[in-house]
Amino acid sequence: MNITIAGHVDHGKSTLIGRILLDTRSLSKGKMEELSRVSRELGKEAELAYLADQLKEEREQERTIDTTQSFFKTRKRRYCIIDVPGHVEFLKNMITGATQADSAMLLIDAKAGIEEQTRRHAYIVGMIGIPLHIAVINKMDLVSYSEERFGELSSGLLDFTRRISAKEPLVIPISARHGDNITSRSLKMRWYKGPCLTEALDRLEVAKGSSEKPLRFAVQDSYIIDGERIIVGKVLSGKIAARQHIKLLPSSKDARVEAIKIFGGQLRQAMAGENVGLKLNDPSLAKRGEIICDSTCAAESCDGFRANIFWMSDRPLRKNDGLLLRCSTQKTECRAEIIERRINSSTFEVLEEDAQALNANEAGTVIFSTERPVIVERPDQTEELGRFVLDSGGETVGAGIIVSASRQGRGL
Amino acid sequence: MNHLSELENRTIYILREAYHRFKNIALLWSIGKDSTTLLWIARKAFFGRLPFPVMHIDTSYKFKEIYAFRDRYAVEWGLDLVIARNDKAIAEGMGPKKEKLECCNALKTEALKMKINELGLKALLLAIRRDEHGIRAKERYFSPRASDFTWNYRHQPAELWDLYKSRLGAEEEHFRVHPMLHWTELDIWRYIEKEKVPVVSLYFARGGKRYRSIGCETCCMPVASGANTIQKIIKELETTKVAERSGRAQDKESAYTMQKLRSLGYM
Repeated sequence: MNITIAGHVDHGKSTLIGRILLDTRSLSKGKMEELSRVSRELGKEAELAYLADQLKEEREQERTIDTTQSFFKTRKRRYCIIDVPGHVEFLKNMITGATQADSAMLLIDAKAGIEEQTRRHAYIVGMIGIPLHIAVINKMDLVSYSEERFGELSSGLLDFTRRISAKEPLVIPISARHGDNITSRSLKMRWYKGPCLTEALDRLEVAKGSSEKPLRFAVQDSYIIDGERIIVGKVLSGKIAARQHIKLLPSSKDARVEAIKIFGGQLRQAMAGENVGLKLNDPSLAKRGEIICDSTCAAESCDGFRANIFWMSDRPLRKNDGLLLRCSTQKTECRAEIIERRINSSTFEVLEEDAQALNANEAGTVIFSTERPVIVERPDQTEELGRFVLDSGGETVGAGIIVSASRQGRGL
Repeated sequence: MNHLSELENRTIYILREAYHRFKNIALLWSIGKDSTTLLWIARKAFFGRLPFPVMHIDTSYKFKEIYAFRDRYAVEWGLDLVIARNDKAIAEGMGPKKEKLECCNALKTEALKMKINELGLKALLLAIRRDEHGIRAKERYFSPRASDFTWNYRHQPAELWDLYKSRLGAEEEHFRVHPMLHWTELDIWRYIEKEKVPVVSLYFARGGKRYRSIGCETCCMPVASGANTIQKIIKELETTKVAERSGRAQDKESAYTMQKLRSLGYM
């Protein structure tokens, strides 16, 4: 399970990761020795944050620059924990890390309280559809393990998670530095009756089961194997079976699956997540970017849709600017037709309706029109057809989540 | 889908993305367990026939078992094997007796640079993993490199979901693609066990010692171990506190040797 820790700069995300690695005994002997040596060289006591902050610049400046992943396991399962930078300057690295997570944990400094990036990170993980299951109030040692301060911050936190319509997270008081409530219940906070952090993680359940949904298969490429054209791609949701009647979109052609091929054999069916080869009755049909559906349950293609987006570039998104849209294996030119709302991603305040532009680190609800038809769906229908990136000049400058696969109606 | 299938499927998707976008690519095969596993999965992704060459960077200081393994499977798997070797530096006496950073840079990074230019490669597939080194944990799946090979780790591109960057910027020259980034050392061994992937005999204990990580004979130290089968290696890794690359000289010089090497284009 992949967990990302979000929160404001200096609130202790990297230190918490170091603490978890230490207390779950996930560190090698060499790592421990290196940690004390490097800390000594920089004239500090052993610094847990260095376990995640591996770049020289990160240690000297005492802040995470880029996202990193570390591994640990509990009795129940293995985890990959994704550290992300808390500084506003490195938001694209934060989003890069967050998109790889199954669940997010929000971290708040007990003394400093809820700050700009705390709220912005919560907004971003919520927007990209990552459930915020757990929040931790860190540095409880700096507020004398006060139940009152914990209560105050918890209600402040629940106040704003409600505003971004996130489910109520479980809030745990911890001290990453001293190891309170990490792998065992702390004796310094007997007033807290909930689970410690690793216990809470082990209780999480991540919904998987997109095999029950209608078939969506993204065509990635095609190869000639033993004189036959084999279409390769990924089952995004549902399952695909030999002899199944299918529809290709957006070309809207009908075909039949003759065989599902893998190296050295064939499969009767392939499930969501599998990357397989298909032999179709008409091999000329499928090109990269086509989406294969069951002929009885096909998606609809569109040339315009509504999405919530987060803008990452210093160059604002302006109405009608040309952008490249990438969604699964699909790619097309597109432009923002209407910017319905411009939103401050930290205060969640609607700054403007029917705006002309979105600035860096702002969010918005936007109607896009595409040059060529695309297959998009809400992420609760098909996760991978519900998210996209916007590129400009080869750089990814925006992240988007589909609100509706048409221009009609109203957004959130 | 179980854990190993998930890892494998993700790797296959990345391999096919890389080939689709760049065509002129090569898989870097150090003959170690990770790149051999990558090669194994690449054979699956392309139905047994790799549509691109496999490159071995030969420092001339590798273990003899490595050369034997390479030559055997290059034939058995019908590989287009390309050898990258900095003969000039070797002839001029570059070797592990010199400064380690200098030697790695000349015999690996420089040799690779020359071959990339010669073949005009647009992307390289490498089997580095996030869990083997803290610096490698910071990598992207698709990582652009400048023409002088430097890795601009201060300004890495955004990489959202599996929508990887595929266009080079103005000062960028080729892509490093890392399809095994999400695997751990244990995952690799469990996969080797499940799929019966052949690996070099150096990984198995002889006389109370085995290699956890292999490279040049001169710069690799074995670890104390009695694990002489894959099952025993897995068992050992489930409990060990010794780091995977503890026997690798490049990791030891100083805390930031790896960062320096990688920023200069090292694997």
